[in-house]
Amino acid sequence: MRGAVRPGPLQDARRRDRPHAGRLRPLGGTSPLGRPTLKVSTMATTATGSSTYTHDHGHGHVDDRSFIRKYIFSTDHKIIGIQFLIMSLSFLLLGGTLAMVMRWQLGFPGKPLPGGTLLPDTYTSNGVVLPEFYNSAVTMHGTFMVFFAIMPLLVGVFGNYLIPLKIGAPDMAFPRINMASFWTAVPAGLLMLAGFFVEGGSAAAGWTSYAPLSARSDLTGVHLGQIFWCLSLIILGLSSIMGSFNYITTVINMRAPGMNWFRLPLSIWALFVTACLVLLAIPVLSGAAILLLFDQTIGTHFFDPQAGGQPLLWQHLFWFFGHPEVYILILPGMGMVSDIIANGARKPIFGYTSMVLAIIAIGFLGWGVWGHHMFQSGMNPTLGTTFMISTLLIAVPSAIKTFNWLGTIWEGNITFHVPMLHALAFVSMFVIGGLSGVFMAASPFDIYIHDTYFIVAHLHYVLFGGSLFAIFAAVTYWYPKMFGRMMNPFWGKVHFWLTLVFYNCTFFPMHQLGLHGHMRRIYDPTQYAFLREVQPVNVFISISAFCLFATQFLFAANFILSWFKGEKAPMNPWLDNGLEWTVASPPPHGNFGDVVPTVYRGPYEYSSPHSDQDYLPQNLPMPGGMGAAHPQPAGD
Amino acid sequence: MAHAAMPEDVMLPPPSRAAGAGVYTEKLGMWIFLGSEVMFFTALIGTYVILRFAHPSSWKPPGQVLNIPVTAVNTFLLICSSVTMVKAFAAVQDGFLKQLRLWLLATVIIGASFVGVQVYEYTHLIEKGFIPSEGLYGSTFYTMTGFHGFHVTIGVLCMIFVTQKAFRGKYSQADHRGVEVIGLYWHFVDLVWIILFTIVYLI
Repeated sequence: MRGAVRPGPLQDARRRDRPHAGRLRPLGGTSPLGRPTLKVSTMATTATGSSTYTHDHGHGHVDDRSFIRKYIFSTDHKIIGIQFLIMSLSFLLLGGTLAMVMRWQLGFPGKPLPGGTLLPDTYTSNGVVLPEFYNSAVTMHGTFMVFFAIMPLLVGVFGNYLIPLKIGAPDMAFPRINMASFWTAVPAGLLMLAGFFVEGGSAAAGWTSYAPLSARSDLTGVHLGQIFWCLSLIILGLSSIMGSFNYITTVINMRAPGMNWFRLPLSIWALFVTACLVLLAIPVLSGAAILLLFDQTIGTHFFDPQAGGQPLLWQHLFWFFGHPEVYILILPGMGMVSDIIANGARKPIFGYTSMVLAIIAIGFLGWGVWGHHMFQSGMNPTLGTTFMISTLLIAVPSAIKTFNWLGTIWEGNITFHVPMLHALAFVSMFVIGGLSGVFMAASPFDIYIHDTYFIVAHLHYVLFGGSLFAIFAAVTYWYPKMFGRMMNPFWGKVHFWLTLVFYNCTFFPMHQLGLHGHMRRIYDPTQYAFLREVQPVNVFISISAFCLFATQFLFAANFILSWFKGEKAPMNPWLDNGLEWTVASPPPHGNFGDVVPTVYRGPYEYSSPHSDQDYLPQNLPMPGGMGAAHPQPAGD
Repeated sequence: MAHAAMPEDVMLPPPSRAAGAGVYTEKLGMWIFLGSEVMFFTALIGTYVILRFAHPSSWKPPGQVLNIPVTAVNTFLLICSSVTMVKAFAAVQDGFLKQLRLWLLATVIIGASFVGVQVYEYTHLIEKGFIPSEGLYGSTFYTMTGFHGFHVTIGVLCMIFVTQKAFRGKYSQADHRGVEVIGLYWHFVDLVWIILFTIVYLI
């Protein structure tokens, strides 16, 4: 068993040759991990307390861009990443608030919402949530979370921040287009938000906006809000396309010397494949949203069955985009978690090549499975069988990744720092969500639980338990690099444990509700006799959800206070091998200055026998010439 | 040590960095961007094909509503503009900068006249009562040709930008990336039109 799990001569070395692996290390020292830091670069850590970054390599160079060029209309990928971070965390809070409105109504139907009397009469009556407002809360919760929170958090923030730093590039291939990408995402978000303030309220046809419900305003009573929904997603689509072709070009063309494809960190592989999915999937959504917009405004009949249109066509177009979107929302998380787990376990990632191939396989298979969202839509059942088989196939690369993560922590000397805790939670929660996903891939079972809370439980296990734990892991991991300060580890751990507990209390009982037949988009469960007996479960879920929401303010407080008051971060707090840890925290404008980093090895050389430390940075020539690998030029 | 004085210069990759794809970044970026354009037009064309198979009675026989001869001439114009684009690129590759300007100017004029003919066609059809809300035929016709026309318009605007740069002498035999990149986009839009003309007008 050990022989099978232990990595072979992968990435330079065998485990048994690693003197530091599996042993306790001395505590103390300046590093948060209690290990002495290794000097790896001649580039001095620069002072970052003031408002200017300064290069400090040989001769002084003061960054003299104006405040607006530096922080607002900046072309620096790091600033754009942080801008995306602030934008999408705000939308995450908004989406969470809407979820609380829903949970209040489901747990305590007919009781006045706390603070509900402050809302306009079209939303609440005497503080009680109206059905129209409930519909719009459901719709906008999904829309904001998918398009304006999770997707920009993973792709916008970490795609921007990590890609150039980790591949050793000074910036993106097209910095100005990168800036334009952020500044088209902002108006898209504001336009979506504006739906709440127009007559008829915001979009209310679900985040999937099934036609003809979304196309005809007489069905939902929402006209302008629905138009705003389409326009906002079309504009956001432009932003995503600008971002994604930028990422792809950057990864292909701007890698540092020696950074060949199989020395890329898995986070970059995942972001690269994700960018390919965004590039090819988003235009389909844009096209569909344009057709829907025309149906709503200029009277075309694409989705109107009375004039020969096809309501099912919307579902096909939407899910043809929507299923690759699911992998857009999870792949970057998988990549970043792989980096963090290898770091936390102080071992090379297990099965690097198979991890890469699994990412690529998921990227390809993700295109052929959209019909599993439509088993109950009236689609030909024979087609359903095809989609069932292709969907079950995706479990194979996903399982490869999961077992590789387990193989990585096997016999590792695990450091339970906050990012590692979140990363481990990602793996366990993703397994639960993945397994219920396998259930639902089987159409006989899916037909039974279709449109119930089982689906809600599944998608939140993947999107919250998967994506959001990965986001917490990644934010806490790269926070020192982004802001030059450490987040408070104690409150980070408190936040982690409370989140993990309340998260499971919130979403796990939903499986039970779903199997009981609790419908998915339902305003008042107590109006059905068969649901009254499970109403206590709904109350339990709601209270857990409120606690989960409250816990997130710990994270917000930790995030904001550490920004100003946190302990100053060293250059490489986690003793990671990646190129981004060889520059100052935060890195100066232009990242590596005049020094072009040369890459000698992959990013996962932890506990290497060739180093007297337990890590070996990618840009460090082999000490003592022992088995020194010669750098290979990029592009082979 | 040569040092970058301007912040923008810090952004440029160091010259020693070999391009991974063996293609310069702008050209690679355009190819990748065209990938997303392919998906966009695939969504539109796929919609057209599905709706037409599902509901053939909404469509009139070819030539009854749409004026095929006028559009055939327009198609010929657009193909000619691809030829002038090729000539422009060939000219700058050989270092004939004066010819480059003329061929680019010709491309702009022909491209703009394509858009002009399309506007004329639209007004004529709307006068005849063929409007976007006129069943599936009108819905698909205006959406598909309209988005192609929108792409040609964007292309003409970019082409004007490239042309004025050519007139200011910004391109040379050694460095003419802008000409090549806009050329890729132009040929792509031309190719899409050949498909659209076939399926929307002729079939």
